[in-house]
Amino acid sequence: MTATSLTSTQGAGRAGDKIFSGAALAAGCLILAVLFGVALFLVVQAIPALTAPAADIQGGKGFFAYIWPIVIGTLIAAVIALVIATPVAIGVALFISHFAPRGLASGLGYVVDLLAAIPSVIYGAWGAAFLAKEISPAYNWLAENMGWLPIFQGPASATGKTILTAGIVLSVMVLPIITSLSREIFLQTPKLHEEAALALGATRWEMIKMSVLPFARPGIISAIMLGLGRALGETMAVALVLSSGALTASLIQSGNQTIAAEIALNFPEASGLKVSTLIAAGLVLFIITLAVNMIARWIITRHKEFSGAN
Amino acid sequence: MSKRIDVKDLNVYYGDFLAVEDVTINIEAKSVTAFIGPSGCGKSTFLRTLNRMHEVLPGARVEGEVLLDGDNLYGPGVDPVTVRSQIGMVFQRPNPFPTMSIRDNVLAGVKLNNKKISKGEADVLVERSLKGANLWNEVKDRLDKPGSGLSGGQQQRLCIARAIAVEPQVILMDEPCSALDPISTLAIEDLINELKDQYTVVIVTHNMQQAARVSNRTAFFNIAGTGKPGKLIEIGDTHTIFSNPTQKATEDYVSGRFG
Repeated sequence: MTATSLTSTQGAGRAGDKIFSGAALAAGCLILAVLFGVALFLVVQAIPALTAPAADIQGGKGFFAYIWPIVIGTLIAAVIALVIATPVAIGVALFISHFAPRGLASGLGYVVDLLAAIPSVIYGAWGAAFLAKEISPAYNWLAENMGWLPIFQGPASATGKTILTAGIVLSVMVLPIITSLSREIFLQTPKLHEEAALALGATRWEMIKMSVLPFARPGIISAIMLGLGRALGETMAVALVLSSGALTASLIQSGNQTIAAEIALNFPEASGLKVSTLIAAGLVLFIITLAVNMIARWIITRHKEFSGAN
Repeated sequence: MSKRIDVKDLNVYYGDFLAVEDVTINIEAKSVTAFIGPSGCGKSTFLRTLNRMHEVLPGARVEGEVLLDGDNLYGPGVDPVTVRSQIGMVFQRPNPFPTMSIRDNVLAGVKLNNKKISKGEADVLVERSLKGANLWNEVKDRLDKPGSGLSGGQQQRLCIARAIAVEPQVILMDEPCSALDPISTLAIEDLINELKDQYTVVIVTHNMQQAARVSNRTAFFNIAGTGKPGKLIEIGDTHTIFSNPTQKATEDYVSGRFG
């Protein structure tokens, strides 16, 4: 019987395996512990606000009445950012992966990645000091000519510090995320499928429609989701750009607020129940971003089955 | 619906590297021409110049003329997109579009260039193309299922159906059976035999028995050594090439003495 020689494994390799697997396990557990700790902290600290009598919460109508306008505001800003950033990002990514000459492509990819390296406070300052001022004539035009649409109802903000401006600034910030992820996916399109389209007499754009975009669609969706996560949580840029206020349908008047900016602006001077309320708002944001990220992960894992050239 | 190809003094480059040197060859209409030769001798590269797929790779270019019934494919103002719609191609590995149904795969080339096609016409075309590729009976009940769910041999015949749906003048096949089992290979070879009644077929193969079985004429390519360009050694009737070639290198290759 050779069973004995098979079972008696000894040597240094074994110890190395154990140490490495222990370290990996510890690192994995640490992440879970941190996540759990944050969640626990948010829940415990939020309980006073969630259970307090309605009249004690800011606004006097309870936590739900306080939170839902800024949840909507957060979603509006994020949706504006994605509506603007997604087509631009996909266009830039396609240009880099399939149209630009190789030298230009790598340079352009590098520049787009650099956009992600700019601190958000810089974006906020740029949006507040420059973009808001420059864009307010456009808002006046929108109010005059398209004012019949509720989202462009006048009078437009004189300062330009509106949720639309905030959304535009956010779109610049999520652009590099969506661009670089999409570009990676586009480059992974199997050559076989691209050549299949070309050999049928497809133009370059038709080849992209037939083989690149169908292959990349799940990847694009997850890239958008990750961009959405960034847009939802972005604090500084919105806090600086947006002249906040009550929830309004018009995107070109001052008003609206996002959760992250609300917390950042009010936290330093808050105390007691107000702190609890803000932390509860943070809990809501945490849940929204967690949900967005989980959906993104789910789409990415679902994508794996299709990633091969099957 | 088939045209002949005449190649004159064609040099094929990857950047500065000369991959195939000075090929002059005539490919007859409505016949099967096989390219054989050792690996790396440039036969696939040369095949891809016949529908301007070679230049898809960065830096790839050609010098010389490829005449399709007298029209130079590399002439000024010739659109490679038009060339490829007239000269179809089947690749080494089956490559149906994975997100498309079997039906949409067959129609993929026809729907290009915004051509409109009615549902009735499309149904007729799908059936005719799949029958032409000997695949109709196997898939007629699941035309809306994804093409990637078929077996390798079925996928390759789907690719052939997709290629013949656009009614090309010529069909190029780049080792179409190298990823397939013997039974699927046999099915494809039978199909090639039928295709030559309507189309000009050019097939690259590593398998000399296959060349002997399916082709009317055979071209032998060879390479002098690594880094040297591939060359056309000789072309002739398949029977002659395998029984009584004029060149010593061809005889050595077909008799299995090297390569």
